[in-house]
Amino acid sequence: MQDWISVALPKGRLGEKAYDLFERIGFGCPAIREDSRKLIFENAEARVRYFWAKPSDVAIYVERGAADVGIAGKDILLEYAPEVYELSDLRMGKCRMMVAGCPGALREAGRALRVATKFPHIASAYFAAQSRDIDIIQLNGSIEIAPLLGLSDVIVDIVETGTTLRENGLVPLEEVVPISARFVANKVSYKFKNARVREMQERLGALTALK
Amino acid sequence: MNAPAARKRSELAILELRALYEQYGYREFRMSRFEEYDFYAEYRSFLQAENILTFHDPSGKLLALKPDITLSIVRSVKEGASLPQRLCYSETVYRAAGDARSFREIPQVGLEYIGEIGLYAMCEVLSLALDSLAALSPDFIMDVSHVGLAGGLLAETGLTASEQAKLSACIRAKNAHELAALCAANGVHAALAEKLAQLSGLYGPSHAMLPAVRALDVNEVTHAAIEELSALCSALSHAGCGSVNLDFSLLSDLSYYNGVIFQGFLPKLPACVLSGGRYDSLLQRMHKPGGAIGFAVNVGLLDALGTPPEAYDADVLLLYGTDPEAPEALRRARELAGAGKRVSVHKAEGGAVRARETLRIGAEKSR
Repeated sequence: MQDWISVALPKGRLGEKAYDLFERIGFGCPAIREDSRKLIFENAEARVRYFWAKPSDVAIYVERGAADVGIAGKDILLEYAPEVYELSDLRMGKCRMMVAGCPGALREAGRALRVATKFPHIASAYFAAQSRDIDIIQLNGSIEIAPLLGLSDVIVDIVETGTTLRENGLVPLEEVVPISARFVANKVSYKFKNARVREMQERLGALTALK
Repeated sequence: MNAPAARKRSELAILELRALYEQYGYREFRMSRFEEYDFYAEYRSFLQAENILTFHDPSGKLLALKPDITLSIVRSVKEGASLPQRLCYSETVYRAAGDARSFREIPQVGLEYIGEIGLYAMCEVLSLALDSLAALSPDFIMDVSHVGLAGGLLAETGLTASEQAKLSACIRAKNAHELAALCAANGVHAALAEKLAQLSGLYGPSHAMLPAVRALDVNEVTHAAIEELSALCSALSHAGCGSVNLDFSLLSDLSYYNGVIFQGFLPKLPACVLSGGRYDSLLQRMHKPGGAIGFAVNVGLLDALGTPPEAYDADVLLLYGTDPEAPEALRRARELAGAGKRVSVHKAEGGAVRARETLRIGAEKSR
């Protein structure tokens, strides 16, 4: 008998698109399409189980083995550096981690650059590589407002289309790293459920390579 | 004696593993004193723990709560001692918790083989690692790797240490897509990049994987590593030790290991429960002859599996009613204990004690 595989999906558009992929490679779970208050969805035939998690928590569920595999943004993987295998790049949910601010905000001002971000680890590593002294201001949302109110000089955040930035008079200044969704696996599940995890990895790989 | 069934999994494992190691002539090493902080600071690159708990002794010397046992064991081997030395231990180490904001006590059982490390020594230690896992769970996996493979391939890239570290991180995460991108960006030859990608993705039983591993041979370092692994795997199978998986994403990020490295896993435990390898370089740093290979079992993890299902707190729950019955209760308790039973004596109902049998002083009846 095949092992059950638990899949952690990030709540929201990215997770729904990712689920479509799983359905196309033969790991569908029709119950997930029904609008319900259930938290966990199972398909006993395919022996697969899905649940929705906050995008930034997916890596934690996978790292701790509550999920065998999951879909996580590269931003989350870089920020939290979870001990997981990053098995494939799904080439979806593409965006960029950017430094943004008012034009010219990166000019040396003889003091530490104030950086507002949800991603303190990524921002610190990026500026440390430039030997630039920074002061991290960790926020949990509406990052764009920080430079407008003088809370910070720049922000480090995910930019998809840049519309929010433009509407607030901000411009992308430097690209930190390109981001996309990744298929990740718990290291121990990868070993004990190797055939199933690899089957998923290979089928997802074949599908995303077509793009 | 009846089985001490109410013990926690970790306690049972400690007893069982030590008995196993003693069967193969491993003497117990006890760490009876605190090491000075400077000792750990000097060998920091050989420590898995980044944060060390320190305190001052009454004379003002800075001491440390042991973050590691291996360093002390290797140091304890006197010059001129007859080699090999086989030592085992069961100790508590103190390390920062996962969030690095607090410290945890981690009970560890392990062994070290110190001396000339040949094929036999490696096989003995690996077979004991396999036996240790088998003692903990009927279902387990042991992964074996060799630092020479990734090391030899990375050296061929000619990249700087920090660039190689980025490639290592990709290998460790089995992240073939970024590995390929990094190789391309740094001008690594396509054939070599392909070998690195294969190395990171390779996983499976040693007998099935070895042919694929042989195709990754690029220089003397990889050649020696492959020959060693192959000899090791066939010796283990000859001796009927059970099978191991090869996984080269198992990399050492320390200067610690210099040969074979291995990790053991149990189902339902998301971290490795056993880890070890060969660490000759520590002996060289300490100016000692020979090499060493060993492993540690993180027995504390086992308690996450819960107490064994058939757990009893006592064989006999002995109940008495009033104080005049106390002398008789004590007499019966001593009698039962003398007969090898575990007894728990309680006034009245005995609360939550789980016992195989209940006896009542006066009107003795069992349930």
